[in-house]
Amino acid sequence: MKLKRVLAIETSCDETSAAVIENGTEQLSNVVASQIKSHQRFGGVVPEVASRHHVEQMTLVMEAALLEAGTSYDELDAIAVTEGPGLVGALLIGVNAAKAVAYAHNLPLIPVNHIIGHIYANQLVQPLRFPLLSLVVSGGHTELVYMKQAGQYEVIGETRDDAAGEAYDKVGRVLGVPYPGGKHIDEMAHHGNDTFHFPRAMMQDDTNDFSFSGLKSSFINTVHNAQQKGEVLDKNDLAASFQAAVVEVLVNKTIRCAKERKVKQIVLAGGVAANKGLREALTAATSEELTEVELIIPPLSLCGDNAAMIGAAAFTESIEPDQLDLTLNAKPGLSL
Amino acid sequence: MRILAMDTSNQSMSVAVIENKQILAEKTTNVKRNHSIQLMPTIEYVIKDANLTIDDIDRIAVAKGPGSYTGVRIAVTVAKTLAWTKGIELVGISSLKVMAGNAQQLKGSLIVPIMDARRGNVYTGLYTYQNEELIELERDKHISAEEWAKELASKHKTVQMIGTDLEKHLPLFKHCLKENLILLPSYQQLPRASVLAMLGAQAETIDIHTFVPEYAKLTEAEENWKEANPDDLGGSLVEKY
Repeated sequence: MKLKRVLAIETSCDETSAAVIENGTEQLSNVVASQIKSHQRFGGVVPEVASRHHVEQMTLVMEAALLEAGTSYDELDAIAVTEGPGLVGALLIGVNAAKAVAYAHNLPLIPVNHIIGHIYANQLVQPLRFPLLSLVVSGGHTELVYMKQAGQYEVIGETRDDAAGEAYDKVGRVLGVPYPGGKHIDEMAHHGNDTFHFPRAMMQDDTNDFSFSGLKSSFINTVHNAQQKGEVLDKNDLAASFQAAVVEVLVNKTIRCAKERKVKQIVLAGGVAANKGLREALTAATSEELTEVELIIPPLSLCGDNAAMIGAAAFTESIEPDQLDLTLNAKPGLSL
Repeated sequence: MRILAMDTSNQSMSVAVIENKQILAEKTTNVKRNHSIQLMPTIEYVIKDANLTIDDIDRIAVAKGPGSYTGVRIAVTVAKTLAWTKGIELVGISSLKVMAGNAQQLKGSLIVPIMDARRGNVYTGLYTYQNEELIELERDKHISAEEWAKELASKHKTVQMIGTDLEKHLPLFKHCLKENLILLPSYQQLPRASVLAMLGAQAETIDIHTFVPEYAKLTEAEENWKEANPDDLGGSLVEKY
């Protein structure tokens, strides 16, 4: 069955989102209700609070997405929803709302992997061409995903401890910036210099894997040692030094893998794709070292969690017109 | 009027369809299974068994809590979404009141549903029948079982206690209420969606979008925040763009 128009739903963490996507490439609407302000009170996402907000927002967000797209149920071909990975209580709201809408209007239901969603956010920017390499970086993930062709996902590198975004959030707490720390550190980094030369973990190793916990510890030790000696460190320089270490490893390994696998495209994906330092460094490195390779970087609105990317990814699935599995459940630990 | 009713507040799950106060179909389970997997297929099955489709439903009644946070949210999410997407009326009934609806109409008798809330606490409420109508005497609450048992004993009335979780606190209530305690047979302990539907027939409809579960308790993180920031007036915590 060929899809034309899909209503997509995403509730895997602290954003309630619904979108209407046409042909897998065109975004008719993409409504996001962000809970950041709520979780800022606690310095991080509290899962039970996230679930409660999703129940408050779910129908409002779906209605706004349909209205903005000017779409009626008759014009929809399917409902797509994030089944995982993510917070189980949060995922359950989207999954059950999606099942209810699909059942009520007798529409096929398409479960989508959140990570594949992040990669396919780029399909809304320009067509994906294979083979490609995707660098997926967010609060929960740091992965290099090689796609030989559409629908084939090979994780060729991943973090062995903290995700990059997670390291940003933890370092942000030490610097005293509000949650989520990444955005603030990125801004501060642009006013500072890499003076601390933090370790670039696993940079020279043969592996494509990442590690950020050593960098995080080194950062925290530097700050604590200075505090004990009564020294005041330049926060912008600290931010710039931390960011340089993260970005250099990410970019270096991405370029190396892209060369090895002779890819046509590099696509950046995930919440940390919004990081200005990373965007600039990856753009510069690609144009210098891989002149034949096309780099796609999603606009900021498609970096964080959103339903448009889930809708875009739904178009990669082959589906039957009567495909409606009402037993669909959340899969918090789903992998690629 | 045809009402679809659903309750997934605790381990048991119940779905029913009634028409003008007659039960057309009902399914109740009490096994450790996953409500997220089971609820939608059960709704489909019960509606089909009643020889109806979702388009024939005039009202949806949902047990709105308290209970298991995740459990309550599953039925509330499904009920809200079905009501919104099909333009069906929605009513929310206290999950404790649904249990209370299983009690007998004994004159002057108090009806007390009990759900275990861990650490010696319970979710409970105080109900009674007046003129054949089930009335809420006190708001549902989260309270220590011991405190509640003493409070009930001080009322010097017969008390019908209901709920599968009651077993856990039974010695305490027996000790405090003595001969005033009335226990119901096991088949009257489980919440039934048919009872929920009957209660829902009389309830006022609510705004679908703003309807949320009654958790009867803030999350621990929110409680700590409130304690540390007594001047925080709340305000909008979610931003839409």
